[in-house]
Amino acid sequence: MARITLKNLKHAYMPNPVNDEDWALKELNLDWDDGGAYALLGPSGCGKTTLLNLISGLLTPSHGSILFDDHDVTRLPPEQRKIAQVFQFPVVYDTMTVYDNLAFPLRNRGVDETTVNKRVLEVAEMNDLTATLGNRASGLTADGKQKISLGRGLVRTDVNAILFDEPLTVIDPHLKFQLRSKLKELHTRVPNTMIYVTHDQTEAITFADKVVVMNVGEVVQVGTPKELFEEPHHTFVGHFIGSPGMNVLACEVKNGHAYIAGKKIATANKAVAKAGKSEIGVRPEFVKFARQGLEARVVKVSDAGRFSVVETDSAGGRVRLLVEEGGAIPSETARLEFDPAATRIYSNGWLAGREGRP
Amino acid sequence: MALELKNVGKKVGADVHIHPTDLTFEPGSFNILLGTTLAGKTTLMQMMAGLEKPTSGEVWFDGRNVTGTAVQKRNVSMVYQQFINYPNMSVFDNIASPLRVARLPAEEIRTRVGEMAELMRISAMLDRRPSELSGGQQQRTAMARALVKDSDLILLDEPLANLDFKLREEMRDELPRLFAERNCVVVYATTEPTEALLLGGQTAAMHEGRVVDFGPTGDIYRNPSGLESAKVFSEPPINLARASVKSGWVLLDEGVSWKADKGLAEGEYTIGIRPHHVSPVRQSTRSVVIEGKVKVAELTGSESIIHFHAHDHPWVSLSHGVHPFETGRFARFYADMSKCFYFDADGHLVDLSPAGKAA
Amino acid sequence: MNKTVNQKAWFFVAPVLILVAFNAIVPLMTVVNYSVQETFGDNVFFWAGLRWFEEILRSPRFHDALGRQLFFTGTILAIEIPLGVIIALAMPRKGPWVSVCLVLMAMPLLIPWNVVGAMWNIFGLPEIGLLGKTLNTIGFDYNYTRQPGDAWFTLILMDVWHWTSLVVLLAYAGLVSIPDAYYQAARIDGASSWAIFRYIQLPKMKRVLTIAVLLRFMDSFNIYTEPSVLTGGGPGNSTTLLSLDLVKIALGQFDLGPAAAMSLIYFLVILLFSWIFYTVMTRGEEQ
Repeated sequence: MARITLKNLKHAYMPNPVNDEDWALKELNLDWDDGGAYALLGPSGCGKTTLLNLISGLLTPSHGSILFDDHDVTRLPPEQRKIAQVFQFPVVYDTMTVYDNLAFPLRNRGVDETTVNKRVLEVAEMNDLTATLGNRASGLTADGKQKISLGRGLVRTDVNAILFDEPLTVIDPHLKFQLRSKLKELHTRVPNTMIYVTHDQTEAITFADKVVVMNVGEVVQVGTPKELFEEPHHTFVGHFIGSPGMNVLACEVKNGHAYIAGKKIATANKAVAKAGKSEIGVRPEFVKFARQGLEARVVKVSDAGRFSVVETDSAGGRVRLLVEEGGAIPSETARLEFDPAATRIYSNGWLAGREGRP
Repeated sequence: MALELKNVGKKVGADVHIHPTDLTFEPGSFNILLGTTLAGKTTLMQMMAGLEKPTSGEVWFDGRNVTGTAVQKRNVSMVYQQFINYPNMSVFDNIASPLRVARLPAEEIRTRVGEMAELMRISAMLDRRPSELSGGQQQRTAMARALVKDSDLILLDEPLANLDFKLREEMRDELPRLFAERNCVVVYATTEPTEALLLGGQTAAMHEGRVVDFGPTGDIYRNPSGLESAKVFSEPPINLARASVKSGWVLLDEGVSWKADKGLAEGEYTIGIRPHHVSPVRQSTRSVVIEGKVKVAELTGSESIIHFHAHDHPWVSLSHGVHPFETGRFARFYADMSKCFYFDADGHLVDLSPAGKAA
Repeated sequence: MNKTVNQKAWFFVAPVLILVAFNAIVPLMTVVNYSVQETFGDNVFFWAGLRWFEEILRSPRFHDALGRQLFFTGTILAIEIPLGVIIALAMPRKGPWVSVCLVLMAMPLLIPWNVVGAMWNIFGLPEIGLLGKTLNTIGFDYNYTRQPGDAWFTLILMDVWHWTSLVVLLAYAGLVSIPDAYYQAARIDGASSWAIFRYIQLPKMKRVLTIAVLLRFMDSFNIYTEPSVLTGGGPGNSTTLLSLDLVKIALGQFDLGPAAAMSLIYFLVILLFSWIFYTVMTRGEEQ
């Protein structure tokens, strides 16, 4: 259990990085509270796995330092950092029973058998593994194996943090839901700091108290799922979180206000006069069909069950909105109304008035 | 050019992989096989393609029995979950390969590959090797290769499963457009109900080697023929509970009761109610209160997924907005019983109104 | 059903079937035929029933040869398998040295068997061979053509030199197929190198090692060329393995009947041991 601090952390895989693109991970300062549930979210190649490997010690950063409770661990190998990790593909010791798998990390550290037994039984109970303790680990299904990998982290009392590297990749979709809520439930029962790496927004936001959104080697926003949903600091966050993602519409800015095709759009923030690209961002959840508003043409309606995703074409570009099951959908031309409290101006991708990196 | 499965089944030793199945896919149709892993989707597809021989029944295509015809002679294309491309060929050559096999003139190959690459948005990558592409581009290449020839039957076996979440969303959006103007039969296997719904078309819900339901996707979702079909078609999983109907009232084991719909005979039922009809706020006048202990609260920012236990029976509630709940506390949820399904002892849906109730 | 497609397949398989028939089935039947009859050549046969089998199974000569064979096979397996695994573990898994190591390892396997025999024959000569001369110079009384112990030593050393690489290559292939995540997980779990070997590397190598043991077992039972060139079964009969003995009976003494019976017994012994071994090694895998 520890607070994790990343100080001026940077990493490049090549020896002499020159350009911005040479850095797999751009400079980063972060503080993670002890016992928090965090997610690193981003598309493939955004640097999230690099960051995870730096924390676990499988990689040594080219610049900056990593502190666990103010204790510098930057140069320590993984085994001395007291972390546990669950990998993308389940790692179990095939020839051992489930019990021996769970006991393995403790026995390696010379813990006496009475304590081992007590811990293993506790963890098995938490992970629903009690019934299979005597079975060979190799015979279990993928989700059972992932529970073992996790269990090997949970049995230890000295663990600073548990890291998850896309742990649900090989899990069947209908079991994903169960395992996901199991992880969440476990976090409420054990006080470990947990860091969860994924490209799946649903996994990230359902698991984590705080999500770190990354794109091309840099952190774009750190926030609670609610903050990321309600006030994305960058159009990328708006797009990446939410399904479908935030609508981003081209607009003009006059006196701090946004206009689409000459029509003023009420927004929550004001644009700062500045050269560059100006856009309006509004989530599909905050767009409604109305008597007045932006003119648009309905292009496509997709039935998603409890709601429909309606795609429209407007002067600012494509606008998608969600219509509740049974709600009326105009057949051709329509007018769209944006909820002003949830409509924002972005300049050069960043939330206007809040420019700059977190 | 319809594809017909007539009593097609597959046994391996004593194991039944596919129970005898009858299905007809019309030309120009988009058909989804929805089911969990091992439900038999891949086996069924392989029998459609001619990669596997059924142990019973016949496969007909365009009015001809093609059961024993080798896959090479059937004009079939297939896309797999893994991105399968020829590693030593450029993207252009990869896409061109089926046309070269068909001995088309070089000029025509060039135009058709060009068009397909345009459609798949990989025009800029034509000179590269597959290994130099991202996962999404590799899968687009594989799809382009499958679509470039005029196949009569196109089979897609979970083609988006290995892609990043956002990429999957984009491609799912584009897919129906790719098939819109073709007259071929498209079969698409997926494990995800939302994906099936958004793709539209028709869905065959599969469970343990059986097609349990078949029809237009939205209809199957709203009026599943039975318990298995409703389970396959719910994400998050549908809430199920045992109920008994007595003197005009429905009683749950949890001690909850409400007035029974007209025409619901006395007896034992399993009720199914999807999580979005169980909410922390009252949605309709027919909502009943279920009180339970909160186990996990997943807040996505736009929705709240609350797992709770009522008398040790697990329930899931899905609602709009952020509804914070402390785990371990008791809370009240409102289940809109006008939206619930009644399944009889055999798991068949009880049809309550001929007009069909909206789910 | 369209049957023509299936019959086309037979057409492709036919050459192999004909080849196998000439290569295996016809000779095998000839041997079976010889093993139950007595012949002095000239195509004159007398029915002998199972007499040859009884004689062979009771003869001390066969017992001795079988004993020597089992000793030889047991010894080389006990040396080559662990040694091969150790070398494979020591080989680099990444980098430019991988191909260098692989080429070095493949080298002994590329040399024709009779050349291997001839090489060691000269190598071990006490007067001029590098090995023989060196051993004698530093004080060992080494002469493989006269002392049975020395002959065995040379024979086993030669086999180990020739065939350990095969075990190395197979074990190495098993090792490199283990995903990195396993090693990382083990480091995080605080596992010692021994624990990593015992619980990750060995279980993951089990399949290829089964194949290695089977191959080496069958090959060493069949070994002929190298010992025949090296010692010719001597001194005396001290290194006469089963195959050498068989050839002596068949070609040296022209006792075709007993030789045929012996080769059938020989064949059955190999089959039996391989089957037992395979069943034991793969048991418990298919749950």
